[in-house]
Amino acid sequence: MDEPLNLVLFSGTDDKLQAAAVLTAGAAALGKPVNVFLQYWALDAFTRAKIGLDHGLAPEAGEAGRTAVDALAKAGQASWAETLRQAKDLGTVDIQACSLSMDLLGLEESDLDPLVDGVEGVTAFYLNAGEGHVVFI
Amino acid sequence: MTTATDLQLDARGLNCPMPIVKTAQAIKGLASGQTLEVLATDPGSTKDFEAWSKTTGNLLVEQSVDGGVFRFVLRRK
Repeated sequence: MDEPLNLVLFSGTDDKLQAAAVLTAGAAALGKPVNVFLQYWALDAFTRAKIGLDHGLAPEAGEAGRTAVDALAKAGQASWAETLRQAKDLGTVDIQACSLSMDLLGLEESDLDPLVDGVEGVTAFYLNAGEGHVVFI
Repeated sequence: MTTATDLQLDARGLNCPMPIVKTAQAIKGLASGQTLEVLATDPGSTKDFEAWSKTTGNLLVEQSVDGGVFRFVLRRK
């Protein structure tokens, strides 16, 4: 279990971020290190200003998907941000912002939620990814 | 017949992966050889607890299901 799981998050909708948070927390519970690399709209969702907002769902969710997701949340399902916080408490989870996406969105490091550990380029991401799987969400 | 355990965790009503996340957190508070009882209702619990036990080396010493509630007893390695 030494090779890390490497998640590249591109999409910024709540359902995809929730799926990524579940993968992260599961790996952390197994003692597997996780590297999370935030690009584009996923990075936008991790800003202090936006992390607590409603980020919508992927287009395929439709109205029935919206109802199902709302029902889980109402039943007490932890948000993706809370799930990631717990994963970080439990295991080795490093969340990095893509430097290109920082430029794209006009962000400073101080704009990011404390869940984000730092800013790096794609080369550093690959170096840290080692031989582990890379998953793009 | 159920054995007394050193710590109990009620994870009923929690969705995947929270039962396993809470279990991994709780077992850190035990000494080697002590036991943790977990109650869960997540439908993936049986496979998840078996996989977590196998991967982490914490032994799954008892498991049962009663009316949709899964019960696991784990012994810290």
